[in-house]
Amino acid sequence: MAGLKIEGITHDWGARRALDKVTLAVEPGRFCALLGPNGAGKSTLFGLLTRLFVPQSGRIEVAGHDLSREPRAALAQMGVVFQSSTLDLDLTVRRNLLYFAALHGLSGQEAEHRTMAALERLGMAERAGERAGALNGGHRRRMEIARALIHRPKVLLLDEPTVGLDAASRAAIVSHVHDLAKEGLTVLWATHLVDEVHADDRLAVLHRGRILADGEAGEIGGDNLSARFLSMTKEAA
Amino acid sequence: MSIDTVSTAHPETERLPRARPFVALVAILQREALRFLGQKGRLVAALVRPLVWLFVFAAGFRAALGLSITPPYQTYVTYEIYIVPGLTGMILLFNGMQSSLSLVYDREMGSMRLLLTAPLPRWWLLFCRLLAGSFISILQAYAFLAIAWLYGIRFPWIGYIAALPALALAALMLGALGLLLSSLIRQLENFAGVMNFVIFPMFFLSSALYPLWKMAEASPFLRDLCEANPFTHAVELIRFALYAKGNLLAFGVTAGAFVLFASAAVWGYDPARGFTARKA
Repeated sequence: MAGLKIEGITHDWGARRALDKVTLAVEPGRFCALLGPNGAGKSTLFGLLTRLFVPQSGRIEVAGHDLSREPRAALAQMGVVFQSSTLDLDLTVRRNLLYFAALHGLSGQEAEHRTMAALERLGMAERAGERAGALNGGHRRRMEIARALIHRPKVLLLDEPTVGLDAASRAAIVSHVHDLAKEGLTVLWATHLVDEVHADDRLAVLHRGRILADGEAGEIGGDNLSARFLSMTKEAA
Repeated sequence: MSIDTVSTAHPETERLPRARPFVALVAILQREALRFLGQKGRLVAALVRPLVWLFVFAAGFRAALGLSITPPYQTYVTYEIYIVPGLTGMILLFNGMQSSLSLVYDREMGSMRLLLTAPLPRWWLLFCRLLAGSFISILQAYAFLAIAWLYGIRFPWIGYIAALPALALAALMLGALGLLLSSLIRQLENFAGVMNFVIFPMFFLSSALYPLWKMAEASPFLRDLCEANPFTHAVELIRFALYAKGNLLAFGVTAGAFVLFASAAVWGYDPARGFTARKA
């Protein structure tokens, strides 16, 4: 399986165990929600998945590439939308995307073409010349998703991408990323908001660094995922 | 709001782009240059500090400081002439620290994460960033030298060319120090400590404002500290280069300090071993 594989990841911050033998496998073309309250270990897991630091034990495989043995091949197959915005607000939308394209080896006509195509598809072509700082939160997030897809990754990681957005923007982005999964992209979506998870999504519940449940969201949550999630995290507390 | 679907379909036969180091280098240089040009006040702010030293302090100190003939000078020089290489070094020092500040800011704001997740060796990404910062430093240093020239402080024309590699090496060394510090600083608020414990001691315990023999008259110990300070050697490298002369010791210490700081910075940013691995 060449989606995303996380096997037995354990990571400590000093004396505190942030992740405890976390194992998760997301098959290609699947939307997997990583649901956890604040402090569950989601950001630590994203730091490890994006190789900002390496796990003390366990392994991560991205589209068939071991992240510790073939980091460059693994990172080339990965698109990331971080929780905090990583846009350069002083630069234009187009420049931001071209910069990212160049970091992934795209330049010249190819980079221009893919940048403009991504912006057009997101209905943002007319904003290409605007400063990123002039965009509202929803548009910035759309732009970051478009940017994460320029190099055509196989795995898309999003760390609480709807934080701070209004309800309409949030719903649109959730629906859009679900569509991307249907087209074959492997998606790992970290959130603490139950309403972003669809019944047929893959769901992993993370709490205090441990996976409490892993399976189809509908099966885990029954007819009330919100209540189930609350009881699970309360039980484990 | 509605979002049209972005197609991500890509046949297995299609070759994924390989990350190309020099494409990334050009992009990082371009980004820094655009940011620099976009922040109009940055050049002015970078030049005000050394210009105040040159126009105000140097005028006051001229009478107080008698300078003897020491290499590379072949005749008595005014204090203004003496401190121009030191003030050029000051620009590089402050800009190196400014880069460090912006790296910490980038890390807090997230754009550093974007850079570090690019499919390229981390040392190369850091080197690109270092090179970009040094490029901006050199532009500022030449802008300062141009103003000094207009003010009447002029060096042989060949000196302006010979100064380029000296400025580049000094900027790289100080930028690498900034990079190393950015891997140590956990939060932006801690940057004030860098000002107090790194920039000021480095600047004042150097030959930027007074020759070392003058310092020795006051305290041989302080002179030894100045001698051990790599910034002293960066300033001397620039001073000699502005007269198209070489200074092997200054070159050796500056180059050695660059290698040391750059290696430590790469270690500091190593995801497995460095300081970043210990951050929550």
